Amino acid sequence: MASATPAPNSFRSGPDENGHFGIFGGRYVAETLMPLILDVEKAYLTAKGDPDFWAEMEYYRKHYIGRPSALYFAPRLTEHFGGAKLYFKRDELNHTGAHKINNVMGQALLAKRMGKTKIIAETGAGQHGVATATACALFGMECEVFMGAEDVKRQKPNVDRMRLLGAKVVPVTSGSATLKDAMNEALRYWVSKAETHFYIIGTAAGPHPYPAMVRDFQCIIGEEVRWQLEEAEGKLPDAVVACIGGGSNAIGLFHPFLDDPSVKIYGVEAAGHGISSGEHAASLTGGAPGVLHGNRTYLLQDDDGQITEAHSISAGLDYPGIGPEHSWLHESGRVNYVSATDKEALEAFALCAKLEGIIPALEPSHALAFTGTMIGDMDKDEIVVMNLCGRGDKDLDAVIPRLEEMGKL
Amino acid sequence: MDYTASRLDKCFAGLKAENRPGLGIFITAGDPDPETSLALLKALPGAGADMIEFGMPFSDPMADGPAIQASSQRALKAGASLAKTIDLVRKFREEDQTTPVVLMGYYNPIYIYGVEKFLTDAISAGADGLIVVDLPPEEDDELCVPAVKRGLPFVRLATPTTNDARLPKVLTNTSGFLYYVSITGITGTADAPVDLVRAAVGRLRGHTDLPIAVGFGIKTREHAAAIGSVADACIVGTAAVNAIAGTLDADGKATEGTVGALTDLVSELAKGVREARG
Repeated sequence: MASATPAPNSFRSGPDENGHFGIFGGRYVAETLMPLILDVEKAYLTAKGDPDFWAEMEYYRKHYIGRPSALYFAPRLTEHFGGAKLYFKRDELNHTGAHKINNVMGQALLAKRMGKTKIIAETGAGQHGVATATACALFGMECEVFMGAEDVKRQKPNVDRMRLLGAKVVPVTSGSATLKDAMNEALRYWVSKAETHFYIIGTAAGPHPYPAMVRDFQCIIGEEVRWQLEEAEGKLPDAVVACIGGGSNAIGLFHPFLDDPSVKIYGVEAAGHGISSGEHAASLTGGAPGVLHGNRTYLLQDDDGQITEAHSISAGLDYPGIGPEHSWLHESGRVNYVSATDKEALEAFALCAKLEGIIPALEPSHALAFTGTMIGDMDKDEIVVMNLCGRGDKDLDAVIPRLEEMGKL
Repeated sequence: MDYTASRLDKCFAGLKAENRPGLGIFITAGDPDPETSLALLKALPGAGADMIEFGMPFSDPMADGPAIQASSQRALKAGASLAKTIDLVRKFREEDQTTPVVLMGYYNPIYIYGVEKFLTDAISAGADGLIVVDLPPEEDDELCVPAVKRGLPFVRLATPTTNDARLPKVLTNTSGFLYYVSITGITGTADAPVDLVRAAVGRLRGHTDLPIAVGFGIKTREHAAAIGSVADACIVGTAAVNAIAGTLDADGKATEGTVGALTDLVSELAKGVREARG
């Protein structure tokens, strides 16, 4: 269920009625899409206030997704780092292997309420595409997933899964042939099919109401952490950590804690080959505010406002933007945004597998890499909760040769 | 800066006097290179273009089809920038004081350039209007309101999905002309359906006295004649950009045929708009 209404001066009160978080967010789309986006907003506001909608969500969360996901104390990593206690929120145990299904189930149910039977989506690592294809199979909806041609190569197991689930995977060859271009193409396609198709956006970005809607569906992550940690330790965490591409798993973990000043919050961007190399996907650390894909947010761009290509070993973080609420939380200082490189993520990937018997996705491996740099300096009675938002099976083809090169295998 | 508004107004008044629709041609600034782009721009009025939509290149043109996206990429590769686009308008205006030039593009390059600086520079260069695809009326405070305050018309798109309930919102702050997007889709994908366009333009005329230009999906002389019979102007983009692209060499560089290919197409289309109300 959604949380109680926050106080007006709360970090949780955004966006305003036009979808702005401070100067960020908004609706920067072509006129063709505006009527449809207004329809989605209206339908979402109605659904949000309808107990039947949440009851249906709850049913699918429990019986289909497998929620609540476990909150697991990681003893060997805790010992290895030698500081605060490390807990993993196990969202990689969800059906389809990542947090993406939390949001997709909500949007698919919304599409169903709106009478839409044709779904489009974009995907980077393929996790959102697989989740969307899954929900479409479940509800008997047509599904087309736009995916950068480069990512189609990098994430073949997920491409195969989507096809098996009955979805059509559309490779996108324009630009850098990654997530940004898949999103452009999905928006273009939506413009041409606006009256019949529902676009399930995979992250907490895009035109209003998507950033707020995706966040609301992902907040179940942080809400569960609150009561699970209360049961396990009788207290709030001292810090929470999540990786950030667009930032949906992160906002889902962070949002329920934004008004708890004792909880330090860290978002970990992908630093690729290093921020100074210029080849990274760290929009907040290395970008500037701009307007793309329907919202104002931090973007990787040049001095002329042209969007530049992101780089990350992780296809799910390889995006030159970030959800607008994160940009606002960054400027307000409530959340600390940091970064981890490809190499650091690979090391964390191997470490987690060896010490905990959990093969994480490359995306949360970035979060773990950062966690390892700070957790050792914390007190032993402090607690860090990191969102393990996806599992790593899909990444093995990309990771194994690199780990061999690094002498980690 | 009243003169900027009047160049568009004079253009449409002249067309009315001639009892024919106008022809607007879209090309991308800096495509395939700055020098050729200026030559193309200068050649358009003589070939029969009544107004020019000058595309401000953007890396991620979400509402445009592959042809116009490719033209943006060619331009950017050849060093295009918003400052250089404005400079091309300035050079064009040194020789041509009558043909309206409407700048068309996406918001981010303008936002990064700085809205006030952009308006100052665009007006002083001799631009006659703005079309910014990703600024709906809901975001009017960004650029539309400041532009209109400075006397620079902000041309809005209306589409088949813009219903009667929404039209007044779309028309508020719109000036210069109304641009009707004839298809629900991106540029260059389908032919504008004449019957539907006639009905739509009729509906729009019930809401506004602004001239109505129709774009997206017009490629040929015959089609320009047909659409022109129901609209105040036809706007052709993809076909123009394709005419340029068709002449480039293997490295994407301009050839001797580049300017001629565009002017040949424009001459044909110009015949079309002159046949529209025959």
